[in-house]
Amino acid sequence: MPEKKARIAKQFIAAIPHARALEMSVDQVLSGRAELSLPYNERLIGDPETGVLHGGVVTALLDTAMGTAVVSHPQSTGGTATIDLRIDYMRGATPGQRLRAEAECYRVTRSVAFVRATAYDESDEPVAAAAGAFTVEGAKP
Amino acid sequence: MKKPEPVQVIKQRRDAALAELVGGIPFIGFLGVQFERRGDELTATLPYIEHLVGNPILPALHGGAVGAFLEIAAQIELGWQTYWPQFEAGATGPKLIPKTIDFTVDYLRTGLPRDAYARAVVNRSGRRFASVHVEAWQDNRSKLFAQATGHFLMPRL
Repeated sequence: MPEKKARIAKQFIAAIPHARALEMSVDQVLSGRAELSLPYNERLIGDPETGVLHGGVVTALLDTAMGTAVVSHPQSTGGTATIDLRIDYMRGATPGQRLRAEAECYRVTRSVAFVRATAYDESDEPVAAAAGAFTVEGAKP
Repeated sequence: MKKPEPVQVIKQRRDAALAELVGGIPFIGFLGVQFERRGDELTATLPYIEHLVGNPILPALHGGAVGAFLEIAAQIELGWQTYWPQFEAGATGPKLIPKTIDFTVDYLRTGLPRDAYARAVVNRSGRRFASVHVEAWQDNRSKLFAQATGHFLMPRL
């Protein structure tokens, strides 16, 4: 039931205060895949010289997209929490542009979900790449 | 020997330098992160506020917010140490912040809905690159709830 999963994922994100504070939106959810984005906001600037968003904003979007990919995976039936997250920052996101993250949960074991994700601004050149391990709660055996 | 500076002059200069370094970054204010200084030692505080929550059922702090907090603590510690000699010489003006190359966060415990603290250590700081480790805790200093290591690109001084 991919539509039901997508609806649950959207509700799941809407209920997260930190995602709301950063004005995140869920653009697409398929089983084990999620695409989220957030608008540019001057309050989130990390480099006042250039107006580039702070790395922490990129981290929050990637982490949320990755968590959404985990809960939307067919083998996951519950919530999730981040165990470990690595982010490589390739370049600053262009000021004024939306920040977008694509996450893929590519493997789920009984306890751990492995996820990778990429962040973009409005161009196709990646801004950051992430790899993480997440907990699996209530997975089907 | 030169007569030591009056204590108030030193405190004022250092506090002003720290405020300038931290205050220049809007996202630090958005997240609500504050810095406390003892000599050159910094402690970052993330005061609990509802918009940091990532799991409203538990409730628990958002992994992204925790990661952002650690990254801020690491970045400011590195900037602070880099510019310390200039601050001590009384130099003011805009300071370029080190850019994050990569950042790896280890989530050890659930972030509880209360204040969090972090201290960073610069393990290596060269002309171009720096490696910084940061530890964060809530109730007990010895029970870390998150730690991280990051590499930074140094600003051209």
